[in-house]
Amino acid sequence: MAKAILFDAAKCIGCRLCELACAERNRLPYDEAIAAEEQLSAHKLTAVQTRGDYFVRRLCMHCLDPSCASVCPVRALYKSELGPVVYDAERCIGCRYCMLACPFQVPAYEWNSRLPRVKKCDMCFDRLQQGELTACAQACPSGATTCGDRDALIAEARRRIADNPDSYYDYIYGLEQVGGTSVLFLSPVPFEQLGMRARLPQQALPTLTWRALSHIPDIVTVGSVLLGGVWWITHRRNEVAAAERAQREKKQR
Amino acid sequence: MTPALRFLRWTFWQWVFGLVMLGGLYAAFVRYTQGLGSSTALSDLFPWGLWIGFDVLCGVGLAAGGFTLAAMVHIFNIERYKPILRPAILTAFLGYLLVILALLFDLGRPDRIWHPLVMWNPHSVMFEVAWCVMLYTTVLALEFSPVVFERFGWHTPVRWMRAVSIPLVIAGVLLSTLHQSSLGSLYLIVPHKLHPLWYSPLLPVFFFISAIAVGFAMTIFESYHSAKAFGKRLEMSLLTSMGRVLAVVLLVYLVLRGQDLWRLGVLARLTEARSETYLFLLEIVFTLGAMLLLFQQRIRTSQTGLYFAALLYIFGFITNRLNVSITGMEAGSGTHYLPRWTEVMVTLAIVALGFAIFRFAAKHLPVFAEEKPSVRMAAELVRVKA
Repeated sequence: MAKAILFDAAKCIGCRLCELACAERNRLPYDEAIAAEEQLSAHKLTAVQTRGDYFVRRLCMHCLDPSCASVCPVRALYKSELGPVVYDAERCIGCRYCMLACPFQVPAYEWNSRLPRVKKCDMCFDRLQQGELTACAQACPSGATTCGDRDALIAEARRRIADNPDSYYDYIYGLEQVGGTSVLFLSPVPFEQLGMRARLPQQALPTLTWRALSHIPDIVTVGSVLLGGVWWITHRRNEVAAAERAQREKKQR
Repeated sequence: MTPALRFLRWTFWQWVFGLVMLGGLYAAFVRYTQGLGSSTALSDLFPWGLWIGFDVLCGVGLAAGGFTLAAMVHIFNIERYKPILRPAILTAFLGYLLVILALLFDLGRPDRIWHPLVMWNPHSVMFEVAWCVMLYTTVLALEFSPVVFERFGWHTPVRWMRAVSIPLVIAGVLLSTLHQSSLGSLYLIVPHKLHPLWYSPLLPVFFFISAIAVGFAMTIFESYHSAKAFGKRLEMSLLTSMGRVLAVVLLVYLVLRGQDLWRLGVLARLTEARSETYLFLLEIVFTLGAMLLLFQQRIRTSQTGLYFAALLYIFGFITNRLNVSITGMEAGSGTHYLPRWTEVMVTLAIVALGFAIFRFAAKHLPVFAEEKPSVRMAAELVRVKA
C-alpha cells in the first residue's frame, strides 16, 4: 500500500517541530537562524512558511509520476513502491536536470560542496519501511501533518471537508496536480493564497517528454532506410553517367 | 630578442587569446577548488545557466555543419561541396569535444560523466542526448581520421575509412537528428516554467531546423575566416548556393514558428513591455533580417554581404538558445540570473580554445587540400574502362 502525507493548513499552529524532527532525522543543523528561513535548501528539507494568518509546509510532493525521476539520466531518483521518491547519491552525476524539471522547485543542491549532492525530503523512506511514521508526522502536536495510506488519507481529507465545510476550501491539493502526488494539502483558503502553484496541468509531466522520445525508433528505422535509399539512387546515377560517358568516348574513337 | 621574450612580439589577437586563457585557467581553479556555489550565479531556483545555455545548447548547434555537409556530399552526392566538407567536419569535431569540456565544468560530479554508459534511464531525454553526443563524437573522430592518416601518409587506414564511410555518415546524420532535436525536448517537461513565447510541443522540431540552418551559417562563417587567415581563394559559388539553401531553411523555420505561436494563441504576449518580449523580438529580427538579406542575389554573391548575413543568423541562433534556457526560464522560476565572471571567463576560454585548435589543425593537417573532383572523375573513368 502506497504511503502518503496529509498536511492540513487549518490545523497547523506554526510550531516548526516538524522542521526540527526533519533536521534531526537527516542529521542537519537546526537553530533559530535556520528556523527563520522559510525556503527549502540543501540544509532544510521541509520549511514552514507564514502566509497571512496561516502556515503552510513545503516539502517534496512525492509525485505519483515524478518529473525528477523521469528526467534523471542515471536513475539516481526513482519512485519507490512504498510511495517516497528516493535519491541514490552514488549514481548522481550532478546535471541538476531534476531541479530544472521539478514543477514544485523542491530539489536543492549542495552548491558549496566540492562533491555536491541533491538534497530533498525522502519521506523518511527507512522509517516507512520499518512501519513507522515519518519524523514530521510523529513530531506534529496539532495533527496538521499525518502519515498513512494514500487512499485512507484522501478519505480522511474528504471527511474533514464534509464535516466542516465552512473551515475548508473545498479542494484537496495533490489529488490531481501533475497526475497526483503523495503529499496532499487541505487549506481554509484558496491554495494560491498559501503561495502554491495552482495552475499546474493535471497530466503527469513525463508524458510530454515521452511523446517526443517515443518517436526515436521510427526516426532511426525510417531515417536509415531513407538515407540509404537516397545514397543508392544518387550513387547509381553517377555510375550510370560515368559508364555512358565511357561508351560515348569509345564510339568517338 | 631572446626566445624568452618572444611573447612581446605577439599580435593583438595573440595577446587577447593569452589573457582569455589565463583568465579561464583561474576561473577553472576557482570552479574546482571552491565548487559551483562560488564560481557560478546558479541557485536552487535556477540550476542551469550560461554553461548549459551557451556552451552546450549553442555549442552543439554551431557544430551542426558537420552532419548537414556530410549528408549533402556523401548521401546526396553533391560533389561540388566536397572542398568545404573537411573544415565542417573539423568544426563539428572540435565543437563536440568543447561541449564535453564544458560539461566537465557544469556537472556537479564531472568524475562521474561516464555513469550514463552503465546506469540507464531510457525515459530521460538527457540520457538519450548523452548517448547520442558520445556516439556522434566517435563518428566525427572517425570521419576526421583520414585527414590525420593522410598527413602521415598511412594509406591503408584511409582505404578502410573510405569503405565504411557511407554507413558512418548515415549513423552520423541519424544521431545528429536525434540529439539536435532532443536538446529542445529537454524543455518539454517544463510547460509551467518556460515562457509561452518559447514553450511549444514543437520545440524539438524548431531546435532541429535551426540547427541545420546554423550549420550552414557556420560553414559560411568559417570558410570566410579560413580564406582570410590562410590567404586562400573563397569558394564563392559554393557559398552563394549554400546561402540560398540557408535562406529557404530560415523561411521554413520562421513560417513554422509564426504559425505555432498563432496556433498556441500567445502572440498577444508581445504587447507586454517585458524583457522577454524584447529579447524575443531581437531573436526574430536577427533571423528574419538574415533571411531577407540572403534572399537577395546581390548580397549572396558578395563576400562581405554573405558573411554578415550568416553572422546575423548565428547571432539569431545564439539569442534563441539563450532565450529558451535563460530569458524564458526566469519568470517561471521566480528569480533572475546573471552569470558570474567565472562563468563568462570559462565560456570565453572554451571559445578561444576552439578557434586556436581549429587554426592549428588547419595549418598542420590537409584540411583544405582536398583531392580535385576532376582527378577523381578521371580515376573513375579509368576504372570503368578497365
